[in-house]
Parts: sequence; structure tokens; C-alpha cells
Amino acid sequence: MIEFEDVGHSYGERVVLTGVDLRLAERRVAFVGANGSGKSTLARMINGLVAPTSGRVLVDGLDPSRQGREVRRRVGFVFTNPDSQIVMPTAGEDVAFSLRRAGLPRRERAERAAALLAEYGLGGYADHPAHQLSGGQKQVLALCAVLALDPAVLVCDEPTTLLDLRNKRRFVELLGGLEQQVVLVTHDLDLLGGFDRVVVIDGGRVVADDEPEPALRHYRALVT
Amino acid sequence: MTPGGWYEPGSSPLHRAPAGGKFAALLVLAAAVFALRSPAWLGAICAAVVLAYGVARVPLRRCAGVARSLAVLAAFVFVLQWWLLGAGQALVVCLRVVAALAAANLFTITTRIDDVVSAVEGGLAPLRRFGVRPDRIGLLVGLTLRAVAALSAIAAEVREAARARGAQRSVTAFAVPFLVRTLRHADELGEALAARGEGDG
Repeated sequence: MIEFEDVGHSYGERVVLTGVDLRLAERRVAFVGANGSGKSTLARMINGLVAPTSGRVLVDGLDPSRQGREVRRRVGFVFTNPDSQIVMPTAGEDVAFSLRRAGLPRRERAERAAALLAEYGLGGYADHPAHQLSGGQKQVLALCAVLALDPAVLVCDEPTTLLDLRNKRRFVELLGGLEQQVVLVTHDLDLLGGFDRVVVIDGGRVVADDEPEPALRHYRALVT
Repeated sequence: MTPGGWYEPGSSPLHRAPAGGKFAALLVLAAAVFALRSPAWLGAICAAVVLAYGVARVPLRRCAGVARSLAVLAAFVFVLQWWLLGAGQALVVCLRVVAALAAANLFTITTRIDDVVSAVEGGLAPLRRFGVRPDRIGLLVGLTLRAVAALSAIAAEVREAARARGAQRSVTAFAVPFLVRTLRHADELGEALAARGEGDG
């Protein structure tokens, strides 16, 4: 359960979020909004990358800005640009890097990493230089590296923005098959068919919060 | 594009040797070439390093890449040293640089970064009681090596963009976007590390 209680955030004078009250228990939740609407800031609060300047956020009753470590163990985060998220030179090493924190011996880390890559269609790429993978493969690798730690919640900040249509679809299909609760920040409105709930954010406020169809109708009316 | 000194998967004895041992051998070799003065000995070491590339079965295109960049560097160093110190000294300096850099390249070609990081962590473990955090230093080493690739990729893209606008000779057309993108990359990387739980102790 992710709760936002009267959350606000401002960068100096600039107010990015005001009065956000949300209780997210659904398995598939999307944040939709224009550039600069505050949706990324809201998503970053779920794992404590950004702390609210007013109100508070709770993830399973834990406050990400105080109990960051416990929260980040529960919440995985996938960024827009996989190039900045992949920290190790080869695909296998990057997944193994996540497992390093689990305290596994090196051989087991490498085996688990290879198995995980194979499960998500990157079998045989363990020793492949990560930066030479295609954009779609890189984003799948970034997802693998996050899933390696088996989080309960997965937050994805516009993970399909840099992908072509085929890879967008594939990535969202992968997300659909996960057992994790997924919070997806996105602009790709066509991909939200299978979602339980869509929160539309505009000018730092929640302006619609509904099932995909009515919420997206509201959003389309807003931007046209 | 492939920046120099990238891991090349393989199963040769050099690939299988422990990273710590290889690193120690590399340090000994580097110390030796800077202690030696005889061109014959230095030449022999260079030949041994070339032989080691064969033992590691490094693909020819990688060898060619290393050879090309070393040749450019060696030519530059040779001309400079010749002018400053004379041909004899220039040859010695060149052989030293070539031997040390070729060996260092071979190390990165045959060793996974993950293994280097583990070796660093293992080697520094005894310092834990003095407050050193081996895992942090290991991560630092890994990220440093990764940064080389990340920065050369950014540099290549920025150069391309400058060329597309016909500004390939302008220093600012390169430096400004390069700096901006490097700083943004640093921000994003820091955020990604925090999200993956690094820094949570």
C-alpha cells in the first residue's frame, strides 16, 4: 500500500505538487500528465529519491524519507534512460551488482544473473557489453537488475519514452506479467489498457483518478 | 563504438587466472619496466606482452585497436623525447610506455570488472578495522572504469552533433554540451545508485 497524505513539493519558489492525497493499493497504477506536471516528482517520492516538502508518504507504513533503506528494499525503480541506470560494463555484471547487496557468493551471483537474463529474453548476453545492447534490450536489462532484488513494488519513470513501438509493447507486456505492484509514469496512453487505475496530474494536482478509459478521456480533453 | 580496454569473453588461462593475481603481476611489470634501462630487456618484455595477447586469444580486431592507439601515442612520445633527450632515451621511454599500457589493456580485456571489484574488496578487507569500507572502494573502482566508457560515448555523440552543424572546429561547440551532458549523467547515475540502495549502508 502506497499512501500520499496531503503531499506538496516545491523547488525553491516553484511549486511542483500541492495537496496530493492518494492511497494506491491496485496492482497496476499509472501516473499520466504533461511534461513538468509533477508526475515524476511524485513517483520519486515513493522510494525516497525526493522528499515531500509538506505532508508525508508511506509505503507499507514506512516513511521513505526516514526509513529509506527499508523502503528501497521494497521498491525498485526503473528510469527513463537505461544508460544512466546501468552501472556495470556487461549485462551479467550489472545484474550481479544488484545481487552484491544480497550477500551472495560471486559464483552464485553470476549464475542467478544469467538465469534472470535468460528469463527476460536476454539469455546469452551476460558477457555482452551493456552499452552495445539495443535500446529495448538495455531497458529490459535495467528492469532485470531491479527485479534481481525481488522488490514488492516497481516504480517506472517513463521507461518506454526512448523505445520504438515494438519495444514499448514488449516492455509493457513484461510489466503486465510481473507479480509486483507496478506504478508506471508514462505518456504512452495506448499502453494502459490492462491497468487498474490511472491518476492524471496537471499543474501539480491530481485532476482525475479513475479507471483508464474515463481518466484518459479527461486527460485528452485537458490537452486539446 | 568500443572504447579501448573492454572485457572480451574467453576461456584462456589468462581469463581464468584470479583478478587479484593478475593485478599484482601488472603492478610488478609496471614497476619493472620503469626500473629497467636496457632497450634489449624492455624489448623482451614488450615481446612477452605481445605473446600474452596470443595466449589470451584476443581477437585480431581488438589487437589492431590496441596497436593503433598505442602506435599513435608511442610516435608522439618518441618525437617529443627525441627532441628533449635524444633517440636512445626516446626509445627506452617508448618501450616502457608501450609495455605498461599494452599489459594494462590486456588486463582489462581478460578480466571482468566485477572480478576486479571483488579482488579490490578482498584485498582491502584487512583494512576494515581501520575504518576503510572495502565495498565502497570496490564500487569506486568499478564506476571509474565504467565512467571511461560513458564519457567516451558522450564525447562521440557530442562530436557527431557538432559535425552535423558544421562546427567541428569550435571548442565551445564541443566543450559546453560535453560538460552539460557529463554533469547530467552524473546526476542520473547518482539517482540510479541511490534507487538501487547504494549508500544505504
